[in-house]
Amino acid sequence: MLSKIVGSAVPVLAALAAFLVGAVMLLVLGASPLDGLKAILDGAFGSGERLAATAVKATPLILVGAGISIAFRARVINIGGEGQIIAGALLATVIALALPDLPSVVLIPLVLMGGAIGGTILGAIPGVLKAYASVNEILSTIMLNLVMVQFMNFLLRGPLIDPLEIAAGTRIPQTQRLSDNAALPTLVEGTRLHLGVVVAVVAAVIAYIVLWRMPLGFRLRAVGHSPEAARAAGINVERNITYALAISGMLGGLAGAILVFGSEGQRMITDGSAAGFTGAAGFNGIVAALFGGLHPLWTIPSAFLFGALLTGATQLQRVLQIPAALAVALNGLVVIFVISSARFRSYIQSIIEKRPSNRASEDLERPYSKIPGVDT
Amino acid sequence: MGTSNTTKVLLEMRGITKRFPGVIANEDVDFDVRNGEVHTLLGENGAGKSTLMKIVFGLYQADEGEVLLRGEPIDIRSPSEAIAARIGMVHQHFMLVPPLTVAENVALGLSSSRRPFTDLAKVSTRISEISDAHGLAVDPSTEVWRLSVGERQRVEIIKALYRDAELLVLDEPTAVLTPQEVDDLFVILRRMVDDGRGLIFISHKLHEVMALSDRITVLRDGRVAGSTTPAEATRESLARMMVGREVRLTPHKGKVTVGDARLSIRNLTVIGDRGTPAVKNLSLDVLGGEILGIAGVSGNGQREFAEAVAGLRHTEPGGTITMDGADITTSSTRVRRNLGLAYVPEERMRDGVVAEFSVSENLVLVNHGSREFTKRGLLATGAIRRRSTEMVKQFAVKTPTIDTPIASLSGGNIQKVVMARELSASPGVLLACQPTRGVDIGSAEYIHSRLIEQRERGAATLVVSEDLDEILGLADRIAVMYEGEIVAIIDSADAKREEIGLLMAGVLET
Ligand SMILES: Nc1ncnc2c1ncn2[C@@H]1O[C@H](COP(=O)(O)OP(=O)(O)O)[C@@H](O)[C@H]1O
Ligand SMILES: [Mg+2]
Repeated sequence: MLSKIVGSAVPVLAALAAFLVGAVMLLVLGASPLDGLKAILDGAFGSGERLAATAVKATPLILVGAGISIAFRARVINIGGEGQIIAGALLATVIALALPDLPSVVLIPLVLMGGAIGGTILGAIPGVLKAYASVNEILSTIMLNLVMVQFMNFLLRGPLIDPLEIAAGTRIPQTQRLSDNAALPTLVEGTRLHLGVVVAVVAAVIAYIVLWRMPLGFRLRAVGHSPEAARAAGINVERNITYALAISGMLGGLAGAILVFGSEGQRMITDGSAAGFTGAAGFNGIVAALFGGLHPLWTIPSAFLFGALLTGATQLQRVLQIPAALAVALNGLVVIFVISSARFRSYIQSIIEKRPSNRASEDLERPYSKIPGVDT
Repeated sequence: MGTSNTTKVLLEMRGITKRFPGVIANEDVDFDVRNGEVHTLLGENGAGKSTLMKIVFGLYQADEGEVLLRGEPIDIRSPSEAIAARIGMVHQHFMLVPPLTVAENVALGLSSSRRPFTDLAKVSTRISEISDAHGLAVDPSTEVWRLSVGERQRVEIIKALYRDAELLVLDEPTAVLTPQEVDDLFVILRRMVDDGRGLIFISHKLHEVMALSDRITVLRDGRVAGSTTPAEATRESLARMMVGREVRLTPHKGKVTVGDARLSIRNLTVIGDRGTPAVKNLSLDVLGGEILGIAGVSGNGQREFAEAVAGLRHTEPGGTITMDGADITTSSTRVRRNLGLAYVPEERMRDGVVAEFSVSENLVLVNHGSREFTKRGLLATGAIRRRSTEMVKQFAVKTPTIDTPIASLSGGNIQKVVMARELSASPGVLLACQPTRGVDIGSAEYIHSRLIEQRERGAATLVVSEDLDEILGLADRIAVMYEGEIVAIIDSADAKREEIGLLMAGVLET
């Protein structure tokens, strides 16, 4: 029990430590850390409008984070959030371009589904490669990110570019304004809070239910903990590894569709850079998941925290003339502290529990198993 | 033995207590060895035998109590002090360096007579003398990794003798030996005792203890449960002392009429991890209502064979596996299980259970998706809990709750969970590998009775075990496996231990 409490306190301590370093950075930049904190809080939560902006910023992080959590439980690392977001956004965009006149009740579910399918496909590829060809999923998902960014740039500059951009000669890589029937309805008048936020929270809850209440999640966790025992029990390990990455990708793809149809411009737009369209949500989602202890439900508040950091940073820049990039640096600091605290946490827990690991005692019963060349 | 009264007490331990965080490994233990005798320490896994001996060898310090060597109080603070006091120890886990030669291993840690150069030639000569004198045949110039397990053990003994040990401790030396190697070892050990050395022998195999010992001390939960001699004791009385209650050592088997073959294997060839055939053209039938025991020294293809039957390893073209008439040669494990195969894997913690899962989750690992355990697409937690509680009760699993992580249970209770899970489906064919390895006597007795029950249900049961006593007690027919082949199938009524031992060692041809 005690070890559990200490275990969950560690990430909070890590975040505090990160903020302390952030405060020092503010001092170095000649600003008061207290003013900085006030600006961030004010920017993130200062009004209904700002609160809504925070929630909207958190939305893709929740989805990607929930996906990362599912993959992680099956011991699969999905770094491909960026590519999966793009794949989902592209497929959803193409659907909206092809069927602009469908009524909202049909078109909105359709584009969200399109996004989910696009992400699923992009997640399933590294899944199949890992499961059946032992291709490291970290490498393949990162590669697919690069491929998808270039593919998006190509489409948005060429086949999918807004005809007006060609006419005006500005050639900003963006699609035309998409059908308003596909726009995610606003929930609170005067803010940007839209349906996508609800979709994300519901998706995270479903992810939790899948993991801990459904046979599929049982199998994913069994495969994650012990592929050998799962296999001997008749569980198809390869298939479940593929599922883990596909589901993870599905949530990323859904985030992509929400980014497009929850945007003010109601279109897919990038600036040509790697994170131009996603705003690095595919990576920040990983941070949110880690900070949420790789648990889909804890990912929700954790994503809000990082959403707040991102919106608050804009205010920081406006009020104190501190570059918003400081928020990115803070983000990075939190990651470093949380990840290094994971080691620290298990160390603390092992001290509290004060018992040799059970695997070690099993070894006592299995003499000579450590001698090379001797089968036992 | 009558002579022991006249000889000197070599080592005496008085009131030894040793605590580890959370466990008392030894509590007020009195123990002594005289010159010229074998004093056996008998006890279940975790009884505290190794701990007591590590105190003798200076690896641990006792919290309480005293140690006297040749009548003098002594404080042994390290293995090097123990060696200087002429104490030698052959550990449960060998302490050899495989890439080095026998001579290099023996010389390791000793100072050379030609410093800074080695004196390996001299060492080799001395090793040859020792091996001749004690019948410990081994070539000093071979690398250790080339040696069999039995030969490695001889090297460990030579190491101790090279250092002129007068007191020799052997911690479970027979665990990995074939019956023949055990016999050879006992002859060697006897000769050493007759030279006047004192020997402490650790084991939990009752017939070995009866064969070798002059005196026997039984440890239970860290305390001395009693001392006796082979003349006064029986295997049953020793087991009772070890466990603390009556145990049935030879399982009682009723008469059962056997039926047709439920599992048929024809010309099965399986490639092992090293890329060479581990199972060679093996054919075998297991009949309904019988237990077929597969005896053999581990590493003779049993693991690969079992994995092939379970669907976890590819088989080479040409071979077939048929279960109740259905060809399952290329079927997945899931399909085999649906057809009625149950599998108790040899590596319990790796293949048998998901260590991080609870008892309950492990109990439904195979059929968590069945109609019984799901409701509208969700896991039916209530049904799972009810059934798990039932299974825990039915199989007498000692666990605080069904939500306890399985890894915190003892080996015997973990195996009972695996058995409960595998038998709950009333399998037509049961494949049980090393079902009681590392399991306490009480649980082993229970597991055996459950295996025997399968005969009465008409199931075909295949038991793969290195423990010849287990095979002899359980099996109706015994198949001996050597180098990937079944070298003989013997009716257990006609089975002779010695003959099976020779077959296991590949010495006897049939
Ligand atoms: N280094 C250690 N740290 C903590 N506990 C230990 C250690 N060594 C042994 N034990 C515990 O002490 C008890 C006796 O162990 P051991 O002497 O190895 O038993 P045996 O050799 O009779 O099987 C067991 O409960 C074991 O878990
Ligand atoms: Mg031991």
